[in-house]
Amino acid sequence: MTTTAGDAVRVPAGAVCAPADLAPKARFFPALAAVYRAQLSRARVARIPLLFVATFQSVGIMILMRGVVDGGSEARAVVAGSSVLVVAFVALNLLAQYFGQLRAGGGLDHYATLPVPPASVVLGAAAAYASFTLPGTLVTAVFGCVLFGLPMGGLWILAAVVPLAGAALAGLGAALGLLAPRQELATLAGQLGMSAALLLGVLPPERMPEVIVWARDLLPSTYGVEAFARTFAADPDWAVVLLDLGVCAAVGVLSLALATWAYRRAAVR
Amino acid sequence: MSTGTAQAEPRGKRGTAAAAEAASDVVCAVRDLVKTYPAVRGRRGAPALPETRATDGVCLDVRRGEIFGLLGPNGAGKSTLVRQLTGLMRPDAGAVTLLGHDLVRHPGRAARLLAYLGQESTALDELTVSLAAETTGRLRGLDARSARAARDSVLEELGLTEIAGRPLKKLSGGQRRLACLAAALVGERPFLVLDEPTTGMDPVARRAVWSAVDRRRERHGATVLLVTHNVIEAETVLDRVAVIDQGKVIACDTPSGLKAKVSGEVRLELVWRSAPPLEVPEVAALAPPAGASARRWVLRLPPEEARAAVAAVTGGPAFAALDDFTLATPSLEDVYLALGGRMKGLVKS
Repeated sequence: MTTTAGDAVRVPAGAVCAPADLAPKARFFPALAAVYRAQLSRARVARIPLLFVATFQSVGIMILMRGVVDGGSEARAVVAGSSVLVVAFVALNLLAQYFGQLRAGGGLDHYATLPVPPASVVLGAAAAYASFTLPGTLVTAVFGCVLFGLPMGGLWILAAVVPLAGAALAGLGAALGLLAPRQELATLAGQLGMSAALLLGVLPPERMPEVIVWARDLLPSTYGVEAFARTFAADPDWAVVLLDLGVCAAVGVLSLALATWAYRRAAVR
Repeated sequence: MSTGTAQAEPRGKRGTAAAAEAASDVVCAVRDLVKTYPAVRGRRGAPALPETRATDGVCLDVRRGEIFGLLGPNGAGKSTLVRQLTGLMRPDAGAVTLLGHDLVRHPGRAARLLAYLGQESTALDELTVSLAAETTGRLRGLDARSARAARDSVLEELGLTEIAGRPLKKLSGGQRRLACLAAALVGERPFLVLDEPTTGMDPVARRAVWSAVDRRRERHGATVLLVTHNVIEAETVLDRVAVIDQGKVIACDTPSGLKAKVSGEVRLELVWRSAPPLEVPEVAALAPPAGASARRWVLRLPPEEARAAVAAVTGGPAFAALDDFTLATPSLEDVYLALGGRMKGLVKS
């Protein structure tokens, strides 16, 4: 039954085989764990130098701000902002770059031809990048506390702030990387997002014009910064801290959903 | 590898018998497939591109258990066609049925029916060979233990065990390709789509690839869709081949069936030391219509004319200008040219 473009021989319906059994899909959590493990292993090789950069950058900013800020709520904002900046650098900037590169280089085809839920790929990569930021965040926070003479008793809150702010920013970064029409634009968007997190997160809000404060409220990392900053108080208002973390979590769910949608869109063109 | 499978073996008796037996057993049917890339406006540094019909009314039938090839030069539309068969791209019109499933309506099912080896390794580059294979197995739905077992057996089979701990991007091009193939083969699938699997590989690695593919055919009745621009590979490993040119299937048959179409001719290649001696009338008469001044001439002639041409160029003044000549039976490249293929870029190695 030779077929050519000119004279297509129609196959009678009976000759086409009955539908074959579909192989099982990869389940959500095992697939997520597999992606997470693979991403963490590549992060170990490729991203450690960048983590150093991220940490030194935050430490440098705190040293600069030490000359301007002198204790009080402003110092808390600077330390909290600089610590969350490490998360923003890795989760937003590097993840946008990674997904932009994956899309441009045809790497998405690999995942798209495997029966894996899109959310597993996006969440696995995001989780790996976010958890990778934990040591840098911790180093920055401890250094900041020493520099500005803040209590270190509340640093455990980072265990909640990093994953939640990380999820929100990583989802945003992945979505930017997957939606950008070109790889360079993905990198640019990641950089801009990082700059926004830097300016709006590190600078104390008391000195900002009102419009900028609104922009600050729109940035998901702000709520992580706020929650963290509040725990430096002698008697933190835990309800407000929880509320801030709740906002972070809600934005995280939204931005990861957006990233999952962007992944589907990018995978089948 | 010590399996020692000769390159030509996959197309032996077994393959032909299986193909005949499966004559009505079509596993992948493609009907009137069309995909058009929209025109691109010129930007600074990027020229404008007209609208391109990358797939132009393609019809194909791939039968169970065969190695079916898509042969064509770079840019012929092979990869675009394959992307539509693997659910990675939606066709503008037409139908794709794979193992009884409509892939145009349900592109997501492709991942549960086939394994795909694409041309890019970006997703796996930073992983070690072993982790790349294992992770792919997990994402193909295997549980942890079977993924590890499948990884070990595929790495062993392809001779990759020694470099299992090295990241893909540190490997040579051929080894990296082999590692990607290993990832594609972890977790059995009844349909394998391999886009130029042997690019950059040495003969040993190529043999490992073909024996691995053959083993899957033998044991599981797997069907293979192979994309290639290498005519030698096409002639030695394929059961049937569709010749693709500018988005169209210009012929589809067994390699020997295709070659029979040009069997009345032989191929004469002349290589001149410098400029061809066009002052010799016999040589001037042979000159190909286009590119008479080129150093390498490829001529397809009836046997007696070829004999006369050889006599003319090997005796007399033309011989002094001749660097090399070969006389050969036609290859699939000649079939491609005889069928009106216009692009260059088929590889013979």
